[in-house]
Amino acid sequence: DSDAGSEELVLTPAELIRSLEQAWLNEKFAPELLESKPEIIECVVEQLDHMEANLKRAKKGDLKVSVHRMEIERIRYVLSSYLRCRLVKIEKFFPHVLEKEKSRPEGEPSILSPEEFAFAKEYMANTETYLKNVALKHMPPNLQKVSLLKSVPKPNLDSFVFLRVLERQENILVEPETDEQREYTIDLEEGSQHLIRYKTIAPLVASGAVQLI
Amino acid sequence: ERNQADVSEAKAGRTDLIFLIRFRHCCLLRNQRCILAYLYDRLLRIRALRWEYGSVLPNTIQFHMSAEEVEWFNRYKKSLATYMRSIGGEEGLDLTQDIKPPKSLYIEVRCLKDYGEFEIDDGTTILLKKNSQHFLPRWKCEQLIRQGVLEHIL
Repeated sequence: DSDAGSEELVLTPAELIRSLEQAWLNEKFAPELLESKPEIIECVVEQLDHMEANLKRAKKGDLKVSVHRMEIERIRYVLSSYLRCRLVKIEKFFPHVLEKEKSRPEGEPSILSPEEFAFAKEYMANTETYLKNVALKHMPPNLQKVSLLKSVPKPNLDSFVFLRVLERQENILVEPETDEQREYTIDLEEGSQHLIRYKTIAPLVASGAVQLI
Repeated sequence: ERNQADVSEAKAGRTDLIFLIRFRHCCLLRNQRCILAYLYDRLLRIRALRWEYGSVLPNTIQFHMSAEEVEWFNRYKKSLATYMRSIGGEEGLDLTQDIKPPKSLYIEVRCLKDYGEFEIDDGTTILLKKNSQHFLPRWKCEQLIRQGVLEHIL
């Protein structure tokens, strides 16, 4: 039913909603802003428009109308929640998010969509201007600059997350938390669930090998 | 300025002033940090107001905001509106709606003010008079609930 833009994959609506839900849960439980998924968002929006159009044409009083209406509401909720979650993280970590995007090497996927990037830049400029006009410009000359990158807290990548393993992984290196411990490796079996530090498995979330729960 | 005067004296040779200068500088930095923390925290609360109340803030709240804060708020809501319009097809997606997962299709609402006529999907119009109760589709009511015209009865 829906094409995934100009890319190779063609997802069924059910698979599309599945990937939306996966992206939503990952974003919800990850301490940092994850890669942006413009293809999923675009397809979901298209899907919602498609469903709305279908509903308008349907016969009134048809039982299916209610069910489809509920489905639309649910999908819209997940999409909104996902985008809201991202906005909250962008606003919370704005200097770090912008810095990460600026220093991103060519070819590496972006964590911000172009619209999110514009929003983040505006947010930063807005806040900087405000702080400068209200406080900083009244301060002695050598205190007038403040590094937002240093003042705004960074996301805590050491926070623990629950995950389910989707693809078997071997030899994941777990770094020691305290000086007494030493690093060790673990294997992740497919279908198993773990509680682990986010930093250790961050690349696995990005590749889709694990799902945060 | 006191610190600066001492700094120039210190450079000129009075090394016993160094500690005083450093101490004052630490105080100044701490004051700067406190001021910025206070102002930033206020901004975060103002930001939360946009998500709770919508684009137009009640007068009582606006009264407590400085002119610069009002300006920050206006720029923030404009930035947010631009972003929301850019996603979700032609009209954009209002992210301040659908805050909770939908539980049911129809909800019971009570009218808090006289609103007048209100049309729902199947063409029928409902007269929203103060204190009248209706059983209406959820997605139609969300806007009016946030404006304070309708009240969701649980």
